[in-house]
Amino acid sequence: MSLDVPHVPGVAGPLTPEPLRVRSLRRETADTWTVSLDVSSRPGGFPFQPGQFNMLYVFGVGEVAISISGDPSRPAELIHTVRAVGATTRALCRVGRGGMLGVRGPYGRPWPLEEARGQDVVVVAGGLGLAPLRSVILHLLRHREKYGQVLLLVGARTPEDLPFRRDLERWQADSRLRVLVTVDKASPGWKEHVGVVPALLRDVAVDPARTVALMCGPEVMMRFTVRELERLGVPDARIHLSLERNMKCAVAFCGHCQLVPYFLCKDGPVFSYDRLRSFISLREV
Amino acid sequence: MPQPLPPLEQHPFLRGLSPEQLSAIACKVREQSFPAGALLLREGDPADTLYLVRSGKVVLEQNVPGRGPTLLETLKAGDILGLSWLFPPFRWHLDARAVESVDTFALDASCMRGPSPEHPVLEPALAMRLLRQLYDRLERVRLQRLDVYKAGA
Ligand SMILES: Cc1cc2nc3c(=O)[nH]c(=O)nc-3n(C[C@H](O)[C@H](O)[C@H](O)COP(=O)(O)OP(=O)(O)OC[C@H]3O[C@@H](n4cnc5c(N)ncnc54)[C@H](O)[C@@H]3O)c2cc1C
Ligand code: FES
Repeated sequence: MSLDVPHVPGVAGPLTPEPLRVRSLRRETADTWTVSLDVSSRPGGFPFQPGQFNMLYVFGVGEVAISISGDPSRPAELIHTVRAVGATTRALCRVGRGGMLGVRGPYGRPWPLEEARGQDVVVVAGGLGLAPLRSVILHLLRHREKYGQVLLLVGARTPEDLPFRRDLERWQADSRLRVLVTVDKASPGWKEHVGVVPALLRDVAVDPARTVALMCGPEVMMRFTVRELERLGVPDARIHLSLERNMKCAVAFCGHCQLVPYFLCKDGPVFSYDRLRSFISLREV
Repeated sequence: MPQPLPPLEQHPFLRGLSPEQLSAIACKVREQSFPAGALLLREGDPADTLYLVRSGKVVLEQNVPGRGPTLLETLKAGDILGLSWLFPPFRWHLDARAVESVDTFALDASCMRGPSPEHPVLEPALAMRLLRQLYDRLERVRLQRLDVYKAGA
């Protein structure tokens, strides 16, 4: 398995970005692109664990935290999926094929895939929250025999906003997974579910005694989903969330990403809900 | 061979009611099926039925002038469909369309609207079930309204 990758920053050192060339850019939705970076100059490629992120630097513009959305067993491919929301991410999506980006990482605590071995895994993704979970699905498929039932619940605003549609189609046709997709709003012709993600949990059989839940998406969505999982009896310690906060240094130095006692860049971004319970509803300070 | 459908009292909405409560709530009940694409409810039509969905998929639609129909929520086996029969003017507020063929129990609202002197627990039992459904739907609608996936939201 690929989980024994040591949790160390990249070869460029903790705060120095390593220039890497954009190998390809693929449009996922109207405002989201999947960017593949050329790591052929690195011996061993770019190893990472599912759930980790990199700091991507658009030269002269700024640096942002972006999850690695690729396959952990293929370190020769470094893939991120970026939604253009502000100055840096917009500039990032405009760096064309052959352009350079600065990369430092990988950072952060990964999804607890060792702990999930032998268990059923419920993966819940909202919107681009599927990016850091895509690597989980790829990992689970590669090591399918080590896990019980695998369920993927995906939500987006509209069908057009669904990222990774080609993957989703492939996964829906794969009998080793059960994939349910929902959107908040759709036009006639959409045959899948309409409604919020937590409602999908009503359609599946979850054995709370052997379920590990992994989720990423807007925080409000995750709070509602946690409530539904709690109702089903899944213990807080086996519900894992990936959180986003504004990050600057990514090495627990600047304090930008602090959530009461935690630095999200170092202690997270993945946390079990029992550690987060008392902080997650706090308004950001 | 199609699987035999579970009986009325096995539907999650009614499960746990006593036989007396059940026969009072479902004093007039029929099995009703709809092919894919059929309208189960049409906005503005008289609302006099509570549908218990047994199989298939129904989507609630709101027609927005100038924009056409918008799909709002999917209902499936185990869900209930239609609450506008609860209060005047007893007209459907939304359209509901079968996404795939749908089997239902259609309960006549006249059994459920009035107080039932013979079964004093009937009203609270039914009311609590309906309240639970409404509360759950309110929670879902709240989350949907937040539009949490919107960039910059
Ligand atoms: C651990 C971690 C992993 C991340 N992984 C990804 C990823 O895989 N892909 C990705 O696209 N982003 C990811 N992000 C979010 C990304 O870092 C931010 O979107 C980015 O920093 C925004 O920078 P900007 O300069 O473009 O926008 P800013 O100028 O900082 O923001 C512009 C506007 O967008 C809003 N905004 C900022 N971030 C988001 C967001 N995530 N969603 C919606 N609105 C937002 C701001 O509130 C503001 O209104 C991750 C963040 C963290 C902390
Ligand atoms: S980003 Fe600087 S402390 Fe986490």
